[in-house]
Amino acid sequence: MAANEKKTPNPTTADVTIDPTTQQKSMSLLQDAMYRLVRNPVAMISLGVLLVIIIMALAGPHMVPYNYYSNDLMNTNKPPSAEHWFGTDNLGRDMWVRTWSGAQISLLVGFSAALIDLIIGVIYGAIMGYKGGRTDEVMNKISEILYSIPYLLVVILLLVVMEPGLKTIIFALAVTGWITMAWIVRGEIIQLKNRDFILAARSMGVGAGRQLFRHLLPNALGPIIVTVTLSVPNAIFAEAFLSFLGLGVQAPISSLGSMINDALQGWNLYPWRMWFPAGLICLTMLAFNLLGDGLRDALDPKLKK
Amino acid sequence: MARYIASKFFFTLVSLFVLISLTFFLMKIIPGDPFMSEKAIQPQIKARLMAQYGLDQPIPVQYVRYLGNIIQGDLGVSMRYQNQDVTGRIAQTFQPSLQIGIFAIIISIIVGIVLGMIAALYHRKLIDHIAMVLAIIGIAVPSFVLATLIQYVFALKLGWFDVMGFSKPSDFVLPVVALAVQPIAFIARLTRSSMLEVLNSEYIKTAKAKGLNGFTIMTRHVLRNGVLPVVTYVGPMTANVITGSVVIEQIFGIGGIGKVFVESITNRDYTMIMGVTIFYGVILMLARFVTDILYVLVDPRIKLTGKKGA
Repeated sequence: MAANEKKTPNPTTADVTIDPTTQQKSMSLLQDAMYRLVRNPVAMISLGVLLVIIIMALAGPHMVPYNYYSNDLMNTNKPPSAEHWFGTDNLGRDMWVRTWSGAQISLLVGFSAALIDLIIGVIYGAIMGYKGGRTDEVMNKISEILYSIPYLLVVILLLVVMEPGLKTIIFALAVTGWITMAWIVRGEIIQLKNRDFILAARSMGVGAGRQLFRHLLPNALGPIIVTVTLSVPNAIFAEAFLSFLGLGVQAPISSLGSMINDALQGWNLYPWRMWFPAGLICLTMLAFNLLGDGLRDALDPKLKK
Repeated sequence: MARYIASKFFFTLVSLFVLISLTFFLMKIIPGDPFMSEKAIQPQIKARLMAQYGLDQPIPVQYVRYLGNIIQGDLGVSMRYQNQDVTGRIAQTFQPSLQIGIFAIIISIIVGIVLGMIAALYHRKLIDHIAMVLAIIGIAVPSFVLATLIQYVFALKLGWFDVMGFSKPSDFVLPVVALAVQPIAFIARLTRSSMLEVLNSEYIKTAKAKGLNGFTIMTRHVLRNGVLPVVTYVGPMTANVITGSVVIEQIFGIGGIGKVFVESITNRDYTMIMGVTIFYGVILMLARFVTDILYVLVDPRIKLTGKKGA
């Protein structure tokens, strides 16, 4: 039956039929993946933890009558209490507000860097993979050279030279972070572009852009999603690392990395100044990594061991 | 083989050249000159200083001279401490960084492979689950958080080690552990998944069918093939250890290159920052180069003709 149906469409209607089928296939693939993801308790707990962290990062600072920058020199280094839920730091600033607004910065950097990586990486990778030949060779060599330069060094150089701040960090991370994504997209497109459904589309005169965005990229969605998810914690780590070195966002804006660095001074006496930011960043990174692993298992069951 | 090495070497040189050029031109973007910090310096003296360091020349001339100096191992003079040259400072502080770095790498490889092997052999058993939970935690916890944590527990609270300093053998323990945990986690995961693949392969079944004993199968067949992917991780691991050492030297008060790097960042000592960056770049690219060569040596399946061996 099915074999008969496949033979019937004539070339004129094929244009109409191919589109819905590919789309349906990618939808069912995603639904399939969603089904597997929902049944993975580790991934679901991670997702839940991340949602809580995101909500708290947005709402947390508004839950108490303090802000992240006002000093209160009468109440420095106070342990957690009913007034200051996470205690106060060496300038008497409320740690609850500072921790959650630090998380805001982390998430902002993580998501924006991942988004920019996604855009640049997909465009660059799609051109490499789709064009092939000379273009691919040259662009691939360029990306390999860029990749061989250690990215944290480049980020540090850029931050030293440019005006420090959030925009600079995101820019510096985006400049260096898109290459993995480009390679993933390239590999997927090279694999897909000689499949029958693309040949069919091409033979019917579907343009390159439409081939890419309607047919090729939707089929490469799985690896793209996994790569994005795993690039978020990388960016969060990089921001914390740079802020720890004093190259990140500038005081008094709080960042989890700079809070950890500040806490080092009074580690022995005021450990809560370390526990909250350090715990939160570990939890965030852990949840993103576990969710990424879960997504990989769900989207690519072949890889599951 | 010679051609492959030559092409990889050439590639390494190109990458290095890009990094050096990048540092040079970024340095030129910074407004001002190295002698701005000096208070009320006389214009004539300043002009003489500028001429002495070749800063009065046009930028292309400076660039060529900079490249020439680097080839000769001269990374310039510190902007902050005028009597100190960058290469000398790196040479002075290199030793402790090298020591903890090499220790961390050796321990990572040994512990990581053993952990991954155990996890693979006890696949889906409790040990496997514990090892993999530890591995994911090791990957997720940033090295500087881990370093502060073990410093707190083992030095401040338990008093087993000194909090700071780097003079006796026990001072090695905490920094090396802090550096090694993340690579251990990566290597354990890599080893586990590749061992699982090998354990399920036909040739292991053949070896079992031949009646070889478990030990021979393990050492001659499983281990040799299962450990291959770890070689690819040598390059990234070096990068990991270097960036980790930057903060870990700071935390444990070790006077290595990482500490110099952080200090020069704080002082905005540009020539020093550029010099250390290039030095780190050279080490990392050498590590990648060695990895590429090693990989071909240990895995005969890789064809040298296909240049795009990923």
